[in-house]
Amino acid sequence: MIPSCKDVSEMLSQGQDRPLRWNERIRLRVHLMMCNACRNFKSQLEFLRTAVRCYRDDR
Amino acid sequence: MSSDSDVGLTPSTIAAQRDYLLRYALMNLRNPTQAEDVVQETLLAAMEGAARFSGKSTARTWLTGILKHKIIDHLRRSGREQPLTGANDDRSESDAVDALFADDGHWREFPARWGNPAAALEDSRFQAAFEMCLQRLPARTAQAFAMREVMEVPTDEICKALQITPTNCWVMLHRARLTLRACLELQWFGKSTP
Repeated sequence: MIPSCKDVSEMLSQGQDRPLRWNERIRLRVHLMMCNACRNFKSQLEFLRTAVRCYRDDR
Repeated sequence: MSSDSDVGLTPSTIAAQRDYLLRYALMNLRNPTQAEDVVQETLLAAMEGAARFSGKSTARTWLTGILKHKIIDHLRRSGREQPLTGANDDRSESDAVDALFADDGHWREFPARWGNPAAALEDSRFQAAFEMCLQRLPARTAQAFAMREVMEVPTDEICKALQITPTNCWVMLHRARLTLRACLELQWFGKSTP
């Protein structure tokens, strides 16, 4: 079963909270090769983390 | 006059962190009165315990550590008085995620490529838009998100404090991130090609 964008967005989100398993990482990597939208989402997640900390620290 | 770092914590170094602590507390509690109360408790504990400050960390780090405990205590207490979780709420969290995807699991709105997000962080209007998007998150979703991203608490501790399951915690964080990214795209980054 290939993961859907919804599955991938869930894995990407959880990747910020726990180490992903080997099979999750493979499925993620393959999906991201094929999907611009999820690649954009991945960058946005990283940006969100930075933005919260900037806001918190008033930088 | 010697510098604050070699005399430990003085009332003025503690007071200098007040605004930072207040902002930090407000992001987590979203209630100015409660935020002021936990900061006041923190400042009091800091003044009473200033002798225990070893100078190994900065005053800000040390004070934030105290504040974090006060906030988590507060959330635990208010959680006991007014439980945030229930079968219906859990359901609504995953429903909110489902609503952003088509039945086949594709995005309903494709996340776009954001032009120069680093520059946004320098812009005070972006900070205002970001604040508004944070405030629009539903209360319990926002609470889990703030614990994770503002206080940087691991998810197992969030589960304990909010008395929720790990799965529910991940769903809430997923929802928070999806909602925030959609809000920022609408409010700030505009629509460009995916």
